[in-house]
Amino acid sequence: MSDLTRFILLEDYNTRIVALGCMVLGASCGALGTFTLLRGRALVADTLSHASLPGVCVAFLLLGTRELPLLLLGALVFGVLGVLSLAWIRRATPVKEDAALAITLSVFFGLGICLLISVQHDPRGAHAGLEGFIFGKAASMVRADVITSGCTALLVLLVLLGGWRWFSLLCFDRSFGDAIGRRMGAIDLLLMALVCVCTVAALPAVGLVMAVALLTIPPAAARFWTDRLNVMCGLSALFGAIAGYVGAGASAVARDLSTGPVIVLSCALIFGVSMLIAPGRGVLARGLVRLRMRRRMAEQNLLRAIYELDEQRANKPSPGASDLRQEQGVTLDALALKRSWSMAQLDVLITRATRAGNLQDAGTTGVGTRSYRLTSAGRQAAARLVRAHRLWELFLIEQARIAPDHVDRDADAIEHVLPEHVIADLERQLIAEGRLPRELLLDMPASPHAIQRTSNAGVSA
Amino acid sequence: MSHFLALGALSIALPAGSEWWVVATAALCGAVCGLLGTYLVLRRLSMLGDALTHAILPGLAGAFLLTGTRNPIAMLAGALVVGLFTSAASAGLSRLGRVQQDAALGVVFTALFALGVLLITRAADQVDLDPGCVLYGMLETLALTPAGTVPRQFAMLAGVLMLSVLVFGLFARQIKLVSFHPELATSLGVPAGLVHYAMLTLITAASVASFEAVGSILVIAMLVAPGATALLLTHRWERAFVLAGVIGGMAGLIGSVAALRLNTSVAGASSVAAGVLFVLAALFSPSRGWVPKRWRLASLSLRIRREDILGALYRIQVEHRPLADVHRDTTSLARGLRGHVAIWQLSRRGFVSHEAATKPQIGFELTKPGIIYATKLLRAHRLWEAYLAKEGSLPSDHLHDPSERMEHFIEEALAEKLGAEVQTQLDPHGREIPVSKQSPDTGIQKKENNRIS
Repeated sequence: MSDLTRFILLEDYNTRIVALGCMVLGASCGALGTFTLLRGRALVADTLSHASLPGVCVAFLLLGTRELPLLLLGALVFGVLGVLSLAWIRRATPVKEDAALAITLSVFFGLGICLLISVQHDPRGAHAGLEGFIFGKAASMVRADVITSGCTALLVLLVLLGGWRWFSLLCFDRSFGDAIGRRMGAIDLLLMALVCVCTVAALPAVGLVMAVALLTIPPAAARFWTDRLNVMCGLSALFGAIAGYVGAGASAVARDLSTGPVIVLSCALIFGVSMLIAPGRGVLARGLVRLRMRRRMAEQNLLRAIYELDEQRANKPSPGASDLRQEQGVTLDALALKRSWSMAQLDVLITRATRAGNLQDAGTTGVGTRSYRLTSAGRQAAARLVRAHRLWELFLIEQARIAPDHVDRDADAIEHVLPEHVIADLERQLIAEGRLPRELLLDMPASPHAIQRTSNAGVSA
Repeated sequence: MSHFLALGALSIALPAGSEWWVVATAALCGAVCGLLGTYLVLRRLSMLGDALTHAILPGLAGAFLLTGTRNPIAMLAGALVVGLFTSAASAGLSRLGRVQQDAALGVVFTALFALGVLLITRAADQVDLDPGCVLYGMLETLALTPAGTVPRQFAMLAGVLMLSVLVFGLFARQIKLVSFHPELATSLGVPAGLVHYAMLTLITAASVASFEAVGSILVIAMLVAPGATALLLTHRWERAFVLAGVIGGMAGLIGSVAALRLNTSVAGASSVAAGVLFVLAALFSPSRGWVPKRWRLASLSLRIRREDILGALYRIQVEHRPLADVHRDTTSLARGLRGHVAIWQLSRRGFVSHEAATKPQIGFELTKPGIIYATKLLRAHRLWEAYLAKEGSLPSDHLHDPSERMEHFIEEALAEKLGAEVQTQLDPHGREIPVSKQSPDTGIQKKENNRIS
């Protein structure tokens, strides 16, 4: 328990230093990552961080120093070389972007490994600890390292804010930027350079294999929560900072949890939670919308099915008042036959429709199954649905020439989709065929010819 | 032939003995990964190779922790499960969560890799897998193989190679279809998803087999670089796959030999070798290389400069028009590197001569063959002007520039047709359309044209 409070309050000076460094890093990587993600170049960071390894080794071999700023400078140089080689491959060869990324990554990294082994064979370098750059050794960060990382991160943030307009233009509408005469290629290169700086600054903390996580996962998580760039950027920075804090704290408490992996895993956790619960774009929210949609369609189908069953009986040329038959209601069996509903589904649907006041119990029929009939409100609703459905069907057959049994959709919006005169035409045709729900006939524009014809079909409204 | 010479030179440089196993394993790894990785390159999924090789780490670690041994079957099973999970999960994330594909891949593989590193470091006291080896392998230890035995890593790679060749032999048609056009494959009744995941399984198996020996970094390099190199060199599917295998093998061979000489990482050196081969192909591939492309462009622009000079000289010398009247004056055309080279080529071919220049300020003049050549050019130019005026009804001040561009590409046959079409001896500016007195042609223009097209 005391461990936990120590972790939360960051009581140790060293932990505080490390946590601060990781948080600043996480925040700036998260903010920058927003742009690379939207630009569709999330994996460039992976290539650049791998490409920076030879730089660290070269800096060590040339300068014989372990000063972090100098090593990072070497890393930066090779990161920029990586950017340039990506650009060269894209411009001068027909090789696709993904292959260019993978080739640059592996070749630079291979070179780095060669140099690293040479460094280890070198008597000076046996204990240089350069492997720390591969997996990260945040726990061994000292004050100067944090200051270096922090300053770099702040610099990146400042450039990002200064060029905010141009970076967002680059992400959303590059050709517009070109059209108004901005040098979008240069802005793109600047963004890549920032990515370079950021990954290099993240090397000591999370290592080069996982640096891409800091630039990719927080913005991907933030994307679930918002559609606004500035909000997304802020959220992403926040997520990155939280992950940095958790990583630093966890490795301070449990010695065998290394910082880098914990930072990445907490990023992934934030991502997972965001993906599940975020409103709007989250998986649960979207599932809920789909569920509601499906439920509404099922309810409407039920109303329509009952109405059509009623209508069939009313139109049968057999003696007896149609109203009386309607009073009998529709049996469950008949409904189950009408569409492929199971009895359990039907039960749920009927309960819901009854509660909504669209349906009422019509007692048990002679055969022994329960039957239901529409209330007057339900009848009105059903009539509207049937009308929309039939108009839509007719439209598809007559004017769009599509087989209507292939389309089962919520057709309520038909009036908003089709021009008015088309609807009037279709309605006239429905009336002519006697298939317009008679509850709606009163609202119809007069069409003497059509009504005369339908009167034969027994519609006496 | 040069390959054999190079190999001969290498084998002299090579230390004898069991270090051959190192070289053979690196080459075999290159061949297997190159062969299989071409599929990834064609499907534009190269970064999936990167992701797979990183993501199988928790699978390896988990299998080790569960079984307590380095039993290759268990490791393979663990890696396969996680590897296929990576691919399926990133596809699922991008579909279910509407995350961009590359971002989804980045999320999945970094998280899995982090998990793997945690697992390995937590179990460090009982595992002799250290995370560094995961990246760059311990191929060098193969040199300690006792005489008369085959190292396990080599045997595994050979097994995967045989399996891949078998699969390719049996299902070449299906794999070919899916690697170019999965939707078409599906509509033709080929189970594209199944083929895709079968290929990914093979790739994961190759990664696992290579892992212990060469580490993940060489696997990424060998999965993508040889495939991309092969696709720069050929357009035929079968050839690309075989070539990628060969290139991968060569990269492994060169890299490992160099690494043993320089006492450095075999995996690192082999991936650098793969990169060098790629750059060489990107530079010098006959059909798609950078240098041949630049060369073709440069020779085209030189030919145009030569012809512009000839045209300008003709106007001055034969038609006696003043220097200022000629569109681009000859002195500036002859200036600069390109101008000097063009003049040098012209005089070498005998089209211009420096002696007896009638106009000293120009310094050279057309010879007889030069006049014949220039006549054809000018004829093409003015025919095109006449044609544009007649058919395109362009105003007369809009005729020169398009014709100046087109004159270099109008061949004899086209000029004849144009002549029949316009039926005139004068161009729209009222100048005579010259007729080459020495037709049929001397073959000069034809040869020049062939060189360009």
